[in-house]
Amino acid sequence: MKTKPQPSVDRDETLFRPIYETGKGFYVAFGILLIIFLWALYMYIAQVWFGLGLTGMNQPVTWGFYIVNFVFFIGISHAGTLISAILRLSKAEWRRPITRMAEVITAIVLAIGGLHPILDLGRPDRMMNLLTAGRLQSPLLWDVTSITAYFTASTVYLYLPMIPDIAKIRDRGGKLQWLYSFMAWGWTGTEHQQRVLNRAINILMVMVIPIAISVHTVISYIFSMTLQPGWHSTIFGPYFVVGAIFSGIAALMIVMIAFRRAYHLEDYLKEIHFRYLSTLLLIMSLIWSYFTFSEYLTGVFGAEPHEMHIIMYKFAGPFALLFWGMVFCNFLVPVITLSFKKLRTIKGIFVASVAVVVGMWLERLIIVVPSLANPRMDLPVGIYVPTILEWALFAGGISAFVMGFMLFSKFFPLVSIWEIEEGRTHGRKAVEERIDSYLPGTSGASS
Amino acid sequence: MAKWAMVIDLDKCTGCGACNVACKMENNVPIVDAEEAQAGRALFWMDMVTTFEGDFPNTHVKRLPKPCFHCDDPPCTVVCPVGATYRNPEGIVAQIYHRCIGCRYCMAACPFTAKYFNWYEPKWIGESNDVGNPDVSRRMVGVVEKCSFCSHRLQKVKETADIEDRPIGDEEYVPACMESCPADAIAFGDLEDKNSKVARLSRSYRVFRYGEDLGVEPKVYYLARRTGT
Repeated sequence: MKTKPQPSVDRDETLFRPIYETGKGFYVAFGILLIIFLWALYMYIAQVWFGLGLTGMNQPVTWGFYIVNFVFFIGISHAGTLISAILRLSKAEWRRPITRMAEVITAIVLAIGGLHPILDLGRPDRMMNLLTAGRLQSPLLWDVTSITAYFTASTVYLYLPMIPDIAKIRDRGGKLQWLYSFMAWGWTGTEHQQRVLNRAINILMVMVIPIAISVHTVISYIFSMTLQPGWHSTIFGPYFVVGAIFSGIAALMIVMIAFRRAYHLEDYLKEIHFRYLSTLLLIMSLIWSYFTFSEYLTGVFGAEPHEMHIIMYKFAGPFALLFWGMVFCNFLVPVITLSFKKLRTIKGIFVASVAVVVGMWLERLIIVVPSLANPRMDLPVGIYVPTILEWALFAGGISAFVMGFMLFSKFFPLVSIWEIEEGRTHGRKAVEERIDSYLPGTSGASS
Repeated sequence: MAKWAMVIDLDKCTGCGACNVACKMENNVPIVDAEEAQAGRALFWMDMVTTFEGDFPNTHVKRLPKPCFHCDDPPCTVVCPVGATYRNPEGIVAQIYHRCIGCRYCMAACPFTAKYFNWYEPKWIGESNDVGNPDVSRRMVGVVEKCSFCSHRLQKVKETADIEDRPIGDEEYVPACMESCPADAIAFGDLEDKNSKVARLSRSYRVFRYGEDLGVEPKVYYLARRTGT
């Protein structure tokens, strides 16, 4: 900070650039993703037309990829709002360039994940029965309730901190004036407006944390409320929440690394941010491993025959490769790469994050399928082989997410500009004051 | 209120499969292609579970007729998001096909895999299309179905008994599987009527139920074989 600070608009020009300039790479990538998405859409229409028989699901494996991906995508959505809320709440100054991306991930992935149970319905045309004949005693209704609550809260929580940035784009002029002036909600940055906005964000971030935790807890209840061995477990609620945050942080870092590269955000998303986030990832990996260990140890030690049957199906049966693959991806890779400073580079973090996302998807698969495939009463063991349709919808879901994120980046800045500015102007002083208040011998002003 | 229950005597059962066929015909259960059946999409309101024990040549084949157990505390009805499966006051666990959204949560929650799904638009091949039972509605693609204890027969019996102003007699209301059993292995009746055949048999020393440890109170009782195995 030796030079005199320039006007902030110029200073953060990098963040505005993607909105006004679109390269060829964007169109190519977007086109490929769009083709994948349209392919998935076509496959889904075929499924609605002919029935769920086109999938690989059967008796007794009545749930397959759709439910696995539902749990997986909703898990990823915990990246965002929850992490950004926790970081905001704990006044972590390094949060400033991260929160927006995290919140965008939540909003988009939640919309995609929330649609997955509908893909799974045999009669999507009767979906409204959930409203007209819904039974609140059913865990599925709890899901509908908490996911809609989370979606509402997280989109509002994404939108509110965007208002000052939208106003900035409006003031710069250019394309889509009407949209930006509508969305800016008459923001001029007066003191009153700022106070109201900060208050709203503060209320929301406190509200969003319990809602986020409730979402994945309730999703785990879908399984744990049944009597099926391998599902009927009391730790499923926290186990799912931990897994969700775990995969969420990994997904957040993948997105950060990808868009840092694409939009040249190296100056904003520095190595220090990745190092802090990867510490969180390492901690979550260890907590997840602890939960997994507890879950299986109690099963093995009790050795109830049917439970044991399913555990052996995972440890040494048809799911052995997937199970040990999960342990490799979720425990070995992140712990090894993130524990050693030498491996803890951006590249290393990227590898660990990809491994975790893959591993967490495997974990969801390993929870859903084996319990269904091994029914009681000596019935034959079920086989589940997903068809091209299910793979298509999986690819379509991922491409919808990437497309959504890319589109967002073309209309709004991916890094919260006003919060970066606030960090420059107020942050430094606030932190100094805060540290002063921690130390002995000062008046201890609360802020 | 009556509490309908079934007792299947495994000592009498020959495993002939007449109950499976009778059930299919009675309830208009769709017939799927051989390929689909192989892939685990066949529908059996009354299933026949076959297990093999021991190594060749000392193999022992066990046959077990398995309808829906109509649990008194059903784990499937509590999870249904729209109330398309429910336990009626007489203890029959019923399905409402026109309300079912096809989420298959009840199938995942059923400990006995007694529920079946219409993966494709159901077909009634050849003659089975012409000889359907008019008392049982046909199902459509994407809904769950299962054994109803032939509850359409109960409606008829109730009406007759109502007109004649008398209670329903023992073994007056019987499902198709029991009617067709050549070995007389299946008994059906009211568990609350202590003198009925079912109530008597359910107190037998040979009686056992699947999933008794789960506390779901199945209303299908089995009588164990008398022979060593």
